[in-house]
Amino acid sequence: MNITFPDIVFVILAALILGCGAIVAYSRNIVRAGFSLLGAFAGVAGLYFLAQANFIGAAQILIYVGGVLVVILFAIMLTRGIAQAHSTNPRQMVIPATLMGLISAAMLITIALYFPWRLRPDAPVATVHSLGNALLDTYLIPFEFLSLLLLAAMIGAVMLVRKEIKESGKEESR
Amino acid sequence: MKYLFDSLTANWNLSPWMTTLALVLWVVVITAGVLVFMATFAGFTSWVERRIAGRMQSRIGPNRVGPFGGLQWLADGLKCFLKEDVIPKATDPVLFRLAPYLVFPGGFAAFAALPFGYGIAASNIDIGIFYITAITSLVVIGILMAGWSSNNKWSLIGGVRSAAQIISYEIPGGLAILTVVVLAGTLNMHELVVAQGGWPWHWFIFRNPFTFVAFFIFFASILAEGNRTPFDLPEAESELVAGYLTEYTGMRFLFFLFTEWANVWVISALLTTLFLGGWQIPGITDLGATIAAATSLGKWFWVLLSVAMFFIKTSALVFLVIQIRWTLPRLRVDQLMIMCWKYLVPMGFVTLLGSAIFLVLPREGAWAWFHLSVQGIMTLIGFAIVAGLIGRAWYNIHALKDRISLENWL
Repeated sequence: MNITFPDIVFVILAALILGCGAIVAYSRNIVRAGFSLLGAFAGVAGLYFLAQANFIGAAQILIYVGGVLVVILFAIMLTRGIAQAHSTNPRQMVIPATLMGLISAAMLITIALYFPWRLRPDAPVATVHSLGNALLDTYLIPFEFLSLLLLAAMIGAVMLVRKEIKESGKEESR
Repeated sequence: MKYLFDSLTANWNLSPWMTTLALVLWVVVITAGVLVFMATFAGFTSWVERRIAGRMQSRIGPNRVGPFGGLQWLADGLKCFLKEDVIPKATDPVLFRLAPYLVFPGGFAAFAALPFGYGIAASNIDIGIFYITAITSLVVIGILMAGWSSNNKWSLIGGVRSAAQIISYEIPGGLAILTVVVLAGTLNMHELVVAQGGWPWHWFIFRNPFTFVAFFIFFASILAEGNRTPFDLPEAESELVAGYLTEYTGMRFLFFLFTEWANVWVISALLTTLFLGGWQIPGITDLGATIAAATSLGKWFWVLLSVAMFFIKTSALVFLVIQIRWTLPRLRVDQLMIMCWKYLVPMGFVTLLGSAIFLVLPREGAWAWFHLSVQGIMTLIGFAIVAGLIGRAWYNIHALKDRISLENWL
């Protein structure tokens, strides 16, 4: 078997993702679990970069590390008494959860191994230009539909948390 | 710098494995070069900043180590190396130790895509500016980690403030970046500079009224993202001791400050590249063609001249960023958020739309004159503002007469 340099990088990144994922799943300290997500997200971004999908890789970092993870950490840090692992993370379902995880992993691996993947003989050159053109040309309607969905979600979130100021000047949550 | 590697190794006939190894080695060498530049720049800027701050506050500033105190930064660095690395008992030891190592690469990795001159960039990736905005978000995680793991209320408040500030100001900053990306039609830093020209009226800042506004939106947002005054609430020493750095000592403390000063360069370099024509030399319309036509010695001359242009513009902005820090008072938290969400974000959308409208306007015949006159008027306005500021400073200095000493400038 011929081992190439990308193979080595792939194994390192996979180990990083799996290791950090295990910490996320098993750590009793929920803050550490949250920070471990960083390793998993960064590892996935590394896989994208390895596949020369630069744009997706950078988007992964920007959205998941810079956005989603920060919001998760915010939620964790603003919760009272979160550092007490025994009360917040009693870890009752370790064995069933591990079993479920293993079963779904086995299913996914089986599907990945037996699915007839189409291999392209040439490496696709996914430049930002072609991606942008595809989004605003071929896939314009799904793209706009997704934007609409996100907008609706955002308006819904604002409606849920909005406070209404009554005439008496007293703030009351809706 | 991949093209240099390719031209170097073209006639070596290396096996694939050896090529990979040589490439890894090359990457290490380039990274080390950039790291050395970043370290010396951060150190040197710390001295410049302290001198300027001293002047602006009617004191002297560091003046003992080396000529005019110019080696103070080396002394400080050595001191931090030798200091004991104190890790308080109540901290989360793993996260506390890890945090500086996340902040540092977040600031450092941005250097990889900065174009220092024609073809002088560590990596010329096609998503340049997008990569920089993405990779700098690592800093947020590091700061949150430092704030939380210190187990100190001031640190936590500083960390959360910083994170809220950075993710809020990413939005107007991104919109301002999009304003010029729309005009250039690319995310590549090299092509963004190529789309501009040497003279001021070719720069993106003076391209139309909307990019002119976008420049200031971007300036404010990127200052906020770099935690610089007037947006340095996370480190507000009057209320939070030192924010998320409170519990750090020695080299770990220095790592945070390192990133902060290196960020000053990134801020200025991004402003130069996106809005102020980057490495473009006035009078040269197509630098690439000029370099291709020049002799081997001439090639070096043009490349070095482009590097010099970039350094002049960026250093001027570094100076401005430092002066802003010691001139403006700090914002309050609510003012900070109001400024971002109520003013900068809507303005960002307007600049993006307006710039797009300018892009679809025809450029032939009489329209060419229209575009040219808009650029000319914007340039005049820009220079009038700069001249007004200089005039005011001149007037103030002269109004003080002998109460201000202009000797002993350094």
